Amino acid sequence: MRVLRPVALVWRRSIQARVVASTIVLSTLVIGATGWALLSDVADGLADSRREAAIAEAKSGFRFAQDQLDASLASEPATQAQALTQMVDSLTGSRGGQRGYELVLEGPLGGEDVPVRSSAAIAPGSLPSDLRKTVSTRTGTYWSFSGLSVLGRSDSEPGVVVGSQIRSPRTGDAYAMFYLFSLHDQQDTLDLVRRALLLGGLAMVLMVGGVAWLVSRQVLNPVRLARRIAERYAAGSLEQRMLVSGEDDIARLSISFNQMAASLQSQIRRLENLSRLQQRFVSDVSHELRTPLTTVQMASSVLYDQRERFDAQTARSAELLKRELDRFEELLSNLLDLSRFDAGAAQLELDAVDLSEIAKQAAQESILGRHGIEVRLIGVDQPAVVEADIRRIDRIVRNLLTNAAKYSGSPVVEIEVAQDDELVSLAVRDFGVGLSGDENLRVFDRFWRADPARTQGGTGLGLAISREDAALHGGSLLAWGRKGEGSEFVLTLPKIVPIGDEDTGRGPTPVVRTVYA
Amino acid sequence: MSYRRSKRDRVLVVDDDASLAEMLSIVLDGEGLTTEVVRSGDKVMEAFASFKPDVVLLDLMLPGLDGMSVCRRIRATSAVPIIMLTAKSDTPDVVRGLEAGADDYITKPFKNTELVARIRARLRRTDQIAEKLEFGDIVLDPAGHTVTRKGEPLDLTPLEFDLLACLLGSPQQVFTREVLLQKVWGYHHPGDTKLVNVHMTRLRSKIEDDADDPQVIRTVRGVGYQAIAPG
Repeated sequence: MRVLRPVALVWRRSIQARVVASTIVLSTLVIGATGWALLSDVADGLADSRREAAIAEAKSGFRFAQDQLDASLASEPATQAQALTQMVDSLTGSRGGQRGYELVLEGPLGGEDVPVRSSAAIAPGSLPSDLRKTVSTRTGTYWSFSGLSVLGRSDSEPGVVVGSQIRSPRTGDAYAMFYLFSLHDQQDTLDLVRRALLLGGLAMVLMVGGVAWLVSRQVLNPVRLARRIAERYAAGSLEQRMLVSGEDDIARLSISFNQMAASLQSQIRRLENLSRLQQRFVSDVSHELRTPLTTVQMASSVLYDQRERFDAQTARSAELLKRELDRFEELLSNLLDLSRFDAGAAQLELDAVDLSEIAKQAAQESILGRHGIEVRLIGVDQPAVVEADIRRIDRIVRNLLTNAAKYSGSPVVEIEVAQDDELVSLAVRDFGVGLSGDENLRVFDRFWRADPARTQGGTGLGLAISREDAALHGGSLLAWGRKGEGSEFVLTLPKIVPIGDEDTGRGPTPVVRTVYA
Repeated sequence: MSYRRSKRDRVLVVDDDASLAEMLSIVLDGEGLTTEVVRSGDKVMEAFASFKPDVVLLDLMLPGLDGMSVCRRIRATSAVPIIMLTAKSDTPDVVRGLEAGADDYITKPFKNTELVARIRARLRRTDQIAEKLEFGDIVLDPAGHTVTRKGEPLDLTPLEFDLLACLLGSPQQVFTREVLLQKVWGYHHPGDTKLVNVHMTRLRSKIEDDADDPQVIRTVRGVGYQAIAPG
């Protein structure tokens, strides 16, 4: 298995390896099948032609033997045995030492122990028993393939056996006569052809594999180049381009690839420009609005300080002027904050911040006392330190408490801190009017108010900003509530602010218990 | 704390916005300060020489010479406290202003009380040490607000003097940035650590042989600063 693992890795990772391997496997199958068909065709052809020649030769032999038998009996009254020995000798001797067959003569048939004469030391198994039986019981010529083995030699060679009955006219005894032709030459030829086919096939498979390797390399090289360049794009360097040569598919791939990169680059530049313009605009608006607002606020402050000297209506006007100017200032600063978030220009000043400490300080907020709210602190006895921008975190917590005090109508507010290895959650829970249905989601909408008729100052932007602040830390701010029972807002921050992309959807899940979820 | 009540303190207001400049004058006059307004960056040095202010209130966005350059020019000739008025709370602008030599900054829009508190904080000296202090080759004299190093007088602003005196007055003690803000700047700037960082860098460049390898005031990572006893 350990040896297979790198192979499997190469298989999984390299298209080229897969292409070459499957080409080799498939071409091996195809070449193997073709070779096998060819070989059996050749073998059949060789065996058939040899068999036909053998049968023809055997038939003439049988005729000659029958003639000899008839003639010898007619001319001289020799014993049968002598006649037969002569016959075998004359048949085998007629072609000198170069004869291409062996002879076996069995008979006379019918007895228990049939005597056998043969031209060479043919082993008994060389004659197929089926053929023997057929020849001994019927007249006519029969043939069969068989393995020929000579006594004293262990190997056998393929051969064809042709047999027929001959009869002695005087005694009427039947003899079975068999010609055994060797297929040794045909076998040699066949072996030669097989070797040639095997070597040729192997060479062909290797060459096809090599061709597949070359061709796949030709196709894959540009793809690999494209992959490397795409990786560099992904890493942020959009300056790379592919080399375009020719007009083929690869060239078109390169062209499309380059167009994609160029369009990405121009889109990014456009967005960067927009973002820069937006930041510039925000900065300009900030300056242009802040200076007159400062003057107006200073003036209103002077009037407000003198209000005891005014008549009642003017004094009240000075009060309203100051209050609404404060609200205007808050609205402006909230809008600028949001616009900085939208432009991606908000920056964190990170420091170690203890959320337990923040919770304890927040519990001292004067607005809670003013609304007669009892604060319960839970889980603040041990430090819960996160890497965070203390001003933003402070702003979130203060905003949540202000909302609870102003809008929930709850006599008690709970602040609970909980943590695990990676996250710290801070929940602000009330037992007041609560949230219903889609309000859970809409509370974070810009300018959303629970009860439009009851606007008690405020900008309607606080929670939207708080959520952006949380997201900027790679954290989350979530809200749950039940109508008439209460609501809770849970801020969850990672202990270490993740580097890079902080906008990962909904952010982390709280580690504090959630009552109304 | 010692207040110099013998005469009315003089504030030079540098702002191109006529209404704001006038409003600043009204509010500061009401607080018993004498003000003079300059509306263009080019005329600041002239007015500075003739008016001899105790504090400069400087808007960063100015026609003519910009606020940073004005700041640098004033610093080149005087250690007078400079408070920047900035519409940009964005950190880089504030830090650049502080590096150009401003002692403090205030972001528009601000409350009158806050403005006055900051000006008063810069006008009074926070007496960090009562008598002459020798610290290695550095000698601080609170009477004349002078500092010498190896006998050579060092050109420190009052703020830098107070910062140095605060740290050297309690050697080995680690001061957090929050504590330094309260003791040296004199009012509460919650979490505004860049004020301390920028001034510490400038102070080090004046008293250390190598500001990148400080031997007198050491940074205690994640906590604050500490003066190291020589020897």
